[in-house]
Amino acid sequence: MIYEVFRQERKGQAFQHAGSITAPNDAFAEAYAREQYGRRQESEALWLVARTALREIHDFPDELQKSYHRVDGYSLKAKLKEARERAGTTAPADR
Amino acid sequence: MRERAQRLLQIADDELVLGWRDSEWTGIAPFLEEDVALSSIAQNEIGHARALYELAARDLGTTADELAFDRAPEEYRCAPFVEVRLMAWADTIARRVLYEAADAIRLDMLKADPDPELAGLAAKMDREEVYHRLHAEMWADRLREEPRFRTAVNALWGQALGVLDAELAAVLAERMPEQLGWTPAAAVPAARDGHSDGFRELWDDMTMVRRSIPGASW
Repeated sequence: MIYEVFRQERKGQAFQHAGSITAPNDAFAEAYAREQYGRRQESEALWLVARTALREIHDFPDELQKSYHRVDGYSLKAKLKEARERAGTTAPADR
Repeated sequence: MRERAQRLLQIADDELVLGWRDSEWTGIAPFLEEDVALSSIAQNEIGHARALYELAARDLGTTADELAFDRAPEEYRCAPFVEVRLMAWADTIARRVLYEAADAIRLDMLKADPDPELAGLAAKMDREEVYHRLHAEMWADRLREEPRFRTAVNALWGQALGVLDAELAAVLAERMPEQLGWTPAAAVPAARDGHSDGFRELWDDMTMVRRSIPGASW
């Protein structure tokens, strides 16, 4: 079985994916995770999740290309430049 | 003080030599996770040996390195059980299971010792041994029905009893069937006198670098 290991570096921090281990059962997985991710006091806590218990989603339709919905935002730079050129003005100097 | 040093040396030699033998699996264990786990356990055992040698060295007016690497082969006090080179995984696991059971009994006794230095060191070692025992027990559990594992335990049983003195060996003999879920075939405890045939070769390898430049400061 494959287990995904998530590691918390310090108390209160978010757990981050650390890697995966192969083990025949939970007990072996725990022992191996301790050896690989906890032996040098590098972790505050670990989460072990059997890969089969993970639900993966990776299809996110975007047929209409609504870029303003995206996390990278609605880029104004090119539009602003175009408008300034039309109006014959320049960008304000840095304050 | 010399008596305490002799006691310490016996345990230290066991830990060093078993750590050495188990570390021979580094890079070639059956799968990667186990390779990491066994190598790490082997390294822990060698770390325990160092701590024990350091305490003994203070009593004897020498250093841990000199005790670990500068003695003649016949001066080592380790049990034949830890010296044998085991080439099969089932054998190695059988030895780990038996050694951890014996070592737990020995550590319990040391932890209760009136000598605070001995008891303190034993308590420190025991905190790492918890994981060694976890590792050994889960393997014993997994291989319970495996004939190769049973054969290996039976073959090593007499030597394993020889790790402890008679009184503690009786505790091991009582405890092992419960832990294994079956009773090993009766065997005569192997005395801790002299060394097995392979020990000289192990000693040659183990002390090779140290002997290459005698007296060097590393």
